[in-house]
Amino acid sequence: MAAPRTLYDKLWDSHLVHSDADGNALLYIDLHLTHEVTTPQAFEGLRTAHRKMHRTDKTIAVPDHNVPSTPDRLQKIDDPESRLQLQMLEENAQHFGVPYIPMSDIRQGIVHIIGPEQGLTQPGKTIVCGDSHTATHGAFGALAFGIGTSDVEHVLATQTLQMKKSKNLRVAVDGALPTGVTAKDLVLAIIGKMGTAGGTGHVVEYVGQVFADLTMEGRMTVCNMTIEAGARAGLIAPDEKTFEYLKGKPHAPKAGQWEQAVAYWKTLKTDDGAKFDKEIRLNASDIVPHVTWGTSPEDVLPITANVPNPADFTDPNKQAAAKRALEYMGLTAGTPLEKVKVDKVFVGSCTNGRIEDIRAAAAVLKGKKIAAHVGMLVVPGSGLVKHQAEEEGLDKIIIAAGAEWREPSCSMCLGMNPDILQPGERCASTSNRNFEGRQGRGGRTHLLSPGMAAAAAVTGYLTDVRKI
Amino acid sequence: MEKFTVLKGIAAPLPLVNVDTDMIMPKQFLKTIKRTGLGKAVLFDMRFNDDGSEKADFVLNQEPYRHAKVLIAGANFGCGSSREHAPWGLHDFGFRCVIAPSFADIFFNNCFKNGILCITLPQAEIDKLTAQAQKGNTKGNDFTVDLNQQTITSPDGTVTKFEVDATRRHNLLNGLDDIGLTLQHAEKITAFEAKQKAEQPWLYA
Ligand code: SF4
Repeated sequence: MAAPRTLYDKLWDSHLVHSDADGNALLYIDLHLTHEVTTPQAFEGLRTAHRKMHRTDKTIAVPDHNVPSTPDRLQKIDDPESRLQLQMLEENAQHFGVPYIPMSDIRQGIVHIIGPEQGLTQPGKTIVCGDSHTATHGAFGALAFGIGTSDVEHVLATQTLQMKKSKNLRVAVDGALPTGVTAKDLVLAIIGKMGTAGGTGHVVEYVGQVFADLTMEGRMTVCNMTIEAGARAGLIAPDEKTFEYLKGKPHAPKAGQWEQAVAYWKTLKTDDGAKFDKEIRLNASDIVPHVTWGTSPEDVLPITANVPNPADFTDPNKQAAAKRALEYMGLTAGTPLEKVKVDKVFVGSCTNGRIEDIRAAAAVLKGKKIAAHVGMLVVPGSGLVKHQAEEEGLDKIIIAAGAEWREPSCSMCLGMNPDILQPGERCASTSNRNFEGRQGRGGRTHLLSPGMAAAAAVTGYLTDVRKI
Repeated sequence: MEKFTVLKGIAAPLPLVNVDTDMIMPKQFLKTIKRTGLGKAVLFDMRFNDDGSEKADFVLNQEPYRHAKVLIAGANFGCGSSREHAPWGLHDFGFRCVIAPSFADIFFNNCFKNGILCITLPQAEIDKLTAQAQKGNTKGNDFTVDLNQQTITSPDGTVTKFEVDATRRHNLLNGLDDIGLTLQHAEKITAFEAKQKAEQPWLYA
């Protein structure tokens, strides 16, 4: 009998085109997602070398990072560089024959939101994109990871990638999440435990009832942030929820092939007795709403905690990093996190820009007003999310609370469009990175869940959403 | 790709952990459609004040480090975003080698694709090299990184051995083009597609 294999082993094996004795492999890529920021140089490379794309039916292009979130974006984009980059994507898509979703299309949105929405993301696929949050698609039991522009060019030219296999890491979570605690809190707690480099060189598989209990949206939030623990990809084995989500989506397998696909997808799980190189264990029932205090996603604590003291860390490098982080964040050790005043609130991004996230924020905002000193942006992750939210009347709740309801874009997650923080401004953000300058030079980011973000908007301070 | 055999030059110490690619190359510089010209943007917020003037106390604004070709960094260097603009910027500044206790996966790969050698060494070795880089690192009496021999020679003559993946080493030493290499397997790729189409027809519908 063949040795038991992990889900990752199976996905890897089934896409091997070639491998040599040293473990150098050529891996076939089933889906290549592209956007305007990391592709111009790749298409240019093809042109210079007089190369064609290997095939065009496994690639899709959509603008997201530079797209303004304001309603007049179809009429004008002020920044000439943003405009040029968006134009280049459209031109390259046309020139090479890549399917393209324009800004004017209701399906446009953040690349990691539209893949699942269109049913392009499917169990068993290998999925790449010139973007580290490609890990999102692992929520469907697809092997999905970010690549650099040279590799984007390589995939365009060959539909494969040269790589070596990563190691297997299992993140096992026991128990169930308490009420008011979400997928975002879960993944922040996992990153806090693993550290930002804890997953380096590994592909993570998440196992435990808590992941089975999460919605597909919640699973995507977890897998999305796997990269913040340094791992290349995160995986959750597909189940009935996954199939249910995909059924009827535009690019999902059609009747006749659907049953065959589902039968195959059901084989995509780790065999009993398969070996993992490393394991991390957590208990979900211990997790409370989390928020970051520093400038790395591992700088995370329960909302009930106080800003840490650098002296509390034993590792001298970590001490220095914490000291630098507190200075940058303008925080004093010992301050209760709930006493930290915020200026801006951002709900959106490929981590938390899906319908469930907008619902969670709206549920907290309903019938309330955001604090007078706070500015809040709610940016749906795609045109379809926006439409759905409006069908449910969520936009009205959000606007009535005093927040802004915007057009789909990456927006303030990284501020390549005009949505940025001013130096010193503090933001409660549902995005995925609190790096120095991420949301704008000198901007200070606290990562948290959509409900927690809305709670912070209402009180004007970081707040335990369970109290609202 | 550019070949890498023996590199001789100044090494700049940057003993910080978790230096992410947003720090190495802030977002406003990702709007370029070229690979070149990003040297001026590398580590931008650390190098420049709000008014655009240089921060005098930052290592890359000091002599001899302005001319550095080697960067000696802290753990988990290059974490975060997959942006290849980070290695493009380091390359354009003049860096051809980064030495750190550990690197983030995507950044590590991106560097090799651009002719930048990443060397992983234990923290204790990094500390020694950092100390060397901080003193006695002058033009002519600087660091030598030899990929053939897999050695780093410090200004004081100390030799540090390093390990590097055999294939990456081979490709870098010979400046090989990855796409060209893969296209030698074109028939295997087509054969894979035929087999996959038979077994999973919905992927080709
Ligand atoms: S939302 Fe943020 S993390 Fe996601 S793709 Fe856009 S910029 Fe990247």
